[in-house]
Amino acid sequence: MEGAWEIAFVLFQVWLSIVVGLIVLPAMFGVSLGFTDIYIKVLVKTLEWATLRIQRGQKEQPTLPSQSANGIIEKDDGSMEEEIGELRRSHPKNLAGGDFTMCDAFYFCKKGIENIVEDQVTQRFTSEELASWNLLTRTNNNFRYISVRLTIIWGLGVFIRYCILLPLRITLAVIGLSWLVIGTTLVGLLPSSNAKNWLSDLVHITCYRICARGLSATIRYHNKENRPKKGGICVANHTSPIDIVILANDGCYAMVGQVHGGLMGVIQRSMVRSCPHVWFERSEMKDRHAVAKRLKDHIADKTKLPILIFPEGTCINNTSVMMFKKGSFEIGGTIYPVAIKYDPQFGDAFWNSAKNNMVSYLLRMMTSWAIVCNMWYLPPMTRQDGEDAVQFANRVKSAIAHQGGLVDLSWDGGLKREKVKESFKEEQQKMYSSMIVGLDCHEASEGPV
Amino acid sequence: MGSRASSLLREEDIEEIKKETGFSHSQITRLYSRFHSLDKGENGALSREDFQRIPELAINPLGDRIINAFFPEGEDQANFRGFMRTLAHFRPVEDNEKNKDLTSGEPLNSRTNKLLFAFRLYDLDRDDKISRDELLQVLRMMVGVNISDEQLGSIADRTIQEADTNGDMCISFSEFIKVLEKVDVEQKMSIRFLH
Repeated sequence: MEGAWEIAFVLFQVWLSIVVGLIVLPAMFGVSLGFTDIYIKVLVKTLEWATLRIQRGQKEQPTLPSQSANGIIEKDDGSMEEEIGELRRSHPKNLAGGDFTMCDAFYFCKKGIENIVEDQVTQRFTSEELASWNLLTRTNNNFRYISVRLTIIWGLGVFIRYCILLPLRITLAVIGLSWLVIGTTLVGLLPSSNAKNWLSDLVHITCYRICARGLSATIRYHNKENRPKKGGICVANHTSPIDIVILANDGCYAMVGQVHGGLMGVIQRSMVRSCPHVWFERSEMKDRHAVAKRLKDHIADKTKLPILIFPEGTCINNTSVMMFKKGSFEIGGTIYPVAIKYDPQFGDAFWNSAKNNMVSYLLRMMTSWAIVCNMWYLPPMTRQDGEDAVQFANRVKSAIAHQGGLVDLSWDGGLKREKVKESFKEEQQKMYSSMIVGLDCHEASEGPV
Repeated sequence: MGSRASSLLREEDIEEIKKETGFSHSQITRLYSRFHSLDKGENGALSREDFQRIPELAINPLGDRIINAFFPEGEDQANFRGFMRTLAHFRPVEDNEKNKDLTSGEPLNSRTNKLLFAFRLYDLDRDDKISRDELLQVLRMMVGVNISDEQLGSIADRTIQEADTNGDMCISFSEFIKVLEKVDVEQKMSIRFLH
């Protein structure tokens, strides 16, 4: 019995030293031993093979539906005026510009049914559908049993992911986070000086590098010359909490967020000892002026790290960029936009906070194949004269969407949980009213606009 | 999209829906995925709230009337068969022989049935007549607060006057069809479903 414990202990020591020696230490010095690259290459080859097998299987059994990542329907993009105008042209009566016809309802009806079948908003809050299966059960929508070989590979994949990769990744995560807490607390004991800042940066970056290895993250950075500078605000599209790890792997940022309890709270408190982050109490968040003031003070101090903000306010599924809340764009200062695009083939990074809590989300992350993403640093932007915060926010959003190949939407990410505002419906009604009574619809009512 | 959504739909059901509506196999499975993703309560049927959760539909002035079309008289739940039957009205009209096999008479996506769908948008109490009152209510939905009662009333009166041929101050379905006989209903009330 004793012997078994001793052997287990020795094995554990060997395991730990391998992990530290081959992964943690190189990570701290930013050196790559190339394991991840080889792993990714092998993975790509395997997935390509799997895709071919599935396609062959589909050809042999035509009853299997073919997966297509395209939409279900093809929509017309006409405006209300165009579409209703067309409807009325085929009406026999000679209408004198404006007026009501019963076929006007066809326009609203068709648009409504189109939106029931496929709409632009609700699809952003669930994971993206893949064009071909990547051997993870969670993305298996319509792929049924194809062949014995494929099932064996899938089974092997499950074993590798759960029994080899998962323990490894959990070890790394634990090491990384403990290092962060201990390191920042130690650095916090030092008096303020350049050395302290340098050490603080070092501790933060090494922790994030270890965490990145813990997710088998392969990140490609583009346009590093546009990296955010001190006193600026870094703005990025939000897909998951992992965005922070991805961003912080290549630079040091001051985080902004709500104060949490529990483990997160411990991490937050120790982080703030070594360098100033901006943590808000829940009550403070309601007061927009207090929030704005604290952020303004932070960026006014040019020795402090650039702030990292996600203006969407919630996680979106990385196929689109939704409305940027104007708060961060009213503070002034230089905005450094960053576009992040994940490759869904290797693992779905999106955190569906309605469906998964943080722990089950991290578990899914650690049992995915890998996280592969591209990050583009965009040239800095400032608010121009005659441009208000909302227009500025939209300009930055378009730039990020364009770079990342994402759809640019004006819908609010908050629609994930809340209902849409009545004012949008009123806009539609107003537009239609002006078509019935001509341009002077205001003469008819004094109602609220 | 649910990961097990398609396995809840049996082959026999798909075949029946195919016969009834004319949708293809892959279209049915894709629409089932959509149905499943809208069904937040995961009870195999959609409620009115499930539809209201689609923002673009919630801001549609006739949104409530369109949602109502999915629910049979007096019911609060729309199952998948009903969902597909309603959507089938919007399939483009084809003139191949397939449609003639349907035992229920005219296919769901014929010109007449499309017009019937639109007629029912106006006919609030389902009594097969559009009264002045009903027309006013629907008009009010479409224009909101932007037009006065008097003006709206005169628009309604004029519309009924043009359409009403038998003098009962209501628009029946045949009068409705007559007024819109030159409108390209086939194109305007059809949606291009892919594959």
